Amino acid sequence: MSLLEIRNLSVDFATSSGQFRAVDGVDVTVDEGDLLAIVGESGSGKSVSMLALMGLLPWTATVTADKMEFDGHDLRRLSGRARRRIIGRDISMIFQEPMSSLNPAFTVGWQIKESLRKHTSLSRSQRQDRAVELMRQVGIPAPEKRLSAYPHQLSGGMSQRAMIAIALACRPKLLIADEPTTALDVTIQAQILELLTGLQEDTGMAMVLITHDMGVVAETVERVQVQYAGQRVELQEVQGLFDDPHHPYTAALLAALPERATERKLPTIPGVVPGQFDRPAGCLFSPRCQFADARCKAERPVPAGPAMGHALCHYPLSHGHPTGKETAA
Amino acid sequence: MTDTASQSASPATTPTAPPSRLREFWSSFKENRGAVVGLFVFLAFLLVAALAPILAPYAPDAQYRDALLVPPFWQDGGSTRFLLGTDALGRDLLSRLIYGARFSFFIGVLVVTIATTCGVLLGVIAGFAPRIIDTLIMRLMDIVLSFPSLLLALVLVAILGPSLLNAMIAIAVVLQPHFVRLTRAAVLSERSKDYVTAARIAGGRPLRIMFKTVLPNCLAPIIVQAALSFSTAVLDTAALGFLGMGAQPPTPEWGTMLAEAREFILRAWWVVTFPGLCILITVLAINLMGDGLRDALDPKLKRS
Amino acid sequence: MLSFFIRRLGTFVPTFIGVTVVAFAFIRLLPGDPILLLAGERGVSAERYEMLQEQLGFNQPIWKQYIDYVAGIFQGDLGTSFVTKRPVLDEFMALFPATVELSLCAIILATIIGIPAGVIAAVNRGKFFDQALMSTALVGYSMPIFWWALLLIIVFSGNLGWTPVSGRIGLMYFFDTPTGFMLIDSLLSGQPGAFRSAAAHLILPTVALATIPLAVIARQTRSAMLEVLGEDYVRTARAKGMSPLRVNGIHALRNAMIPVITVIGLSVGTLLAGAILTETIFSWPGIGKWMVDSIFRRDYQVVQGGLLLIALVVMIVNLIVDLLYGLFNPKIRKG
Repeated sequence: MSLLEIRNLSVDFATSSGQFRAVDGVDVTVDEGDLLAIVGESGSGKSVSMLALMGLLPWTATVTADKMEFDGHDLRRLSGRARRRIIGRDISMIFQEPMSSLNPAFTVGWQIKESLRKHTSLSRSQRQDRAVELMRQVGIPAPEKRLSAYPHQLSGGMSQRAMIAIALACRPKLLIADEPTTALDVTIQAQILELLTGLQEDTGMAMVLITHDMGVVAETVERVQVQYAGQRVELQEVQGLFDDPHHPYTAALLAALPERATERKLPTIPGVVPGQFDRPAGCLFSPRCQFADARCKAERPVPAGPAMGHALCHYPLSHGHPTGKETAA
Repeated sequence: MTDTASQSASPATTPTAPPSRLREFWSSFKENRGAVVGLFVFLAFLLVAALAPILAPYAPDAQYRDALLVPPFWQDGGSTRFLLGTDALGRDLLSRLIYGARFSFFIGVLVVTIATTCGVLLGVIAGFAPRIIDTLIMRLMDIVLSFPSLLLALVLVAILGPSLLNAMIAIAVVLQPHFVRLTRAAVLSERSKDYVTAARIAGGRPLRIMFKTVLPNCLAPIIVQAALSFSTAVLDTAALGFLGMGAQPPTPEWGTMLAEAREFILRAWWVVTFPGLCILITVLAINLMGDGLRDALDPKLKRS
Repeated sequence: MLSFFIRRLGTFVPTFIGVTVVAFAFIRLLPGDPILLLAGERGVSAERYEMLQEQLGFNQPIWKQYIDYVAGIFQGDLGTSFVTKRPVLDEFMALFPATVELSLCAIILATIIGIPAGVIAAVNRGKFFDQALMSTALVGYSMPIFWWALLLIIVFSGNLGWTPVSGRIGLMYFFDTPTGFMLIDSLLSGQPGAFRSAAAHLILPTVALATIPLAVIARQTRSAMLEVLGEDYVRTARAKGMSPLRVNGIHALRNAMIPVITVIGLSVGTLLAGAILTETIFSWPGIGKWMVDSIFRRDYQVVQGGLLLIALVVMIVNLIVDLLYGLFNPKIRKG
């Protein structure tokens, strides 16, 4: 049985100009000890789907799903109180902006121990020991001293390490890392990623890494889920994805990587992710797709089979060439 | 959304002029229901003040010796002759309240004008002057602010002598440091911006830069403060009147009327209730408007 | 923290000097001969005039007068009341506890109702409760408290007869007042019913005086909370599985408190101004009523001394508030 299984998750936001669908029928499956990346541009709904899982969306959001199960709990039916017993203990999350994600009014130690006090039955001195151990685990030097530091006294990288320490406090089964390195310096980014993958290996927890950086994906994860405009467009093993992307969007993303560029000029994907008012009738990627035809613009595609990476496309690619087009024509 | 996308989305529409500033202001002001209600109440108050001689059934100081402390018409012993009853000297309460609107409006306008003019002037000077003058002005304002406002106003009136005009001057003096601080802060944040540097490089005279280039961009918070000061002015002048240090009897000023009515509080509730209610409604309307003004004018302070 | 303290003290001293100048200038700015003013309406004989001039130093050059005045302040000499013939400082000290008791009760009432109300309004933003609460707050904020106090008297003392109209305690009670706080002294006296009487006398003035600070605190708390609730660290707290009560009441409120503390501190000035009106209406024997009475009695030595002392109190409270602000805001404390 999977650790996390989400089927057909949709999230709608009530805005002043009507409903806006941020996540549209997404499936996510994570097994124990799994390492999954969710990749997509800004606005592709990758963070929102995970915030929905955590129950962290504002009240303007409506979440619907056919199935939303974590470790045998149906998260849709759980009361707020019961959900809060899982959130922060079995599932924890770290965020994009480490500097503003720590509470400026409390010391780092207080914020780590708060989780321990809520979710474990450790005594006061045990909590102190555990906090020191955690700080050491995430590579913060002089942990005893840093426990009494306030967040504004830490650098961005240190703050993110402290956030990771808080997230790991109760030995979670699943860690969701929402663009954990985006706000950091390039040199620090690699350290934090290394830390995260190392911790994942040591503790055996599952991890979902949300990112827009294909380079990060290649180095860290096992499976990759590509999202576009709130939909899952492809799901593959990382090796397969890089060798043979099945969705045109994935292919375009990979082609835009500097490391893979074959020409002098870096290829780009023209246009932007559709917003609230310009969603196409057919395939959402069709306005920007180089292979799109009349059928793509009129009809919504259905996901292809696992062999084709569940690609949400009428003509999934195989080694760079659309398939099925001949029979349709 | 990029430019290209938005152009392709609306290809053939003729470019419309952007909404004028006043229109934009109004559309965001009227979003706030309370502010609109406040505006209408304030306009009604203005109308009453302007048309007092026509609206009032009697002269404000006419005494009817046969009708002392007559209750309002809906109570036993009241009659429609005096709709809201009479006071201890047999004067028609309604007429006095209507005339009182004139005083309150006059007080608000004058106090706010004095306080704003002096305060903004000092604030702009403090913002541009060399550091020593800046410090001097700000320390002076600190000194004024370290006295409770009403106490300082009382003492000033004690120096100047109790009268409505002196009370207004005292209130203006007490209110003006807020304008100085606000203006200075706004000037300091504007002064470092590029357009001011540009104006300076273009050879603008200092006075022109101070009042024509920078000041207009600092107006939004000042206008809001002026609106809110209007209500403080009405409230504090009434308080001084109540303490006997403002308008003197028989002036139908609402605070003074309350002071005259104090000894009858347990016998004739109406002489106490109505003047205070008038003050409350006026002040409330202005504050509602002020809140709306702030939301509409100052996007930074907008309901986040 | 130390450097912050020193910097803050750097603005305290010049302001205090300024306040002494204002108080000093007050008597000399009054229209007419200061000695005749001080002597009151009965007037003085020629030799008494000479004596007073000598005694008060009005024959000295003005700068010498000021220096003597300031020197006097530091020796606790703020002049003598011409009405009661008692030193101004003694009178102030005798009456000050009454004002402190009233103001303290008012600010406590305003805080314990205002902060939760603001928090609840912010958490339920835009809903009925928020709108009702904030409308009430605006009415309170716009309230002429001298009228509000009279209304309270009409309803609770007049119609319902629940509370006394004026004073600090019933006339049948008589006991020593070692602390000056009637609530404590009545308890210490051990007389049955004395504490009840003191508390009953305190209720209406407290409510009247608390109204405006209550409204201000509720409004400020709400807007500070709204700002803080959108912050990333609030989301972090929720991601840790903390209950809404803990998220709003500890993680968010702790940060929202910083501007609220400032507002509470600043309302001390408002409170003392309000005390002038409240004390006058309820015949509360505190410094507010004392000042008003002295102005009417033309007891200008008292007005001068009271002005200085009240300003000093406001300044000290503001100083404490700024230091507290530093305590609540770790960025300043360590900076």
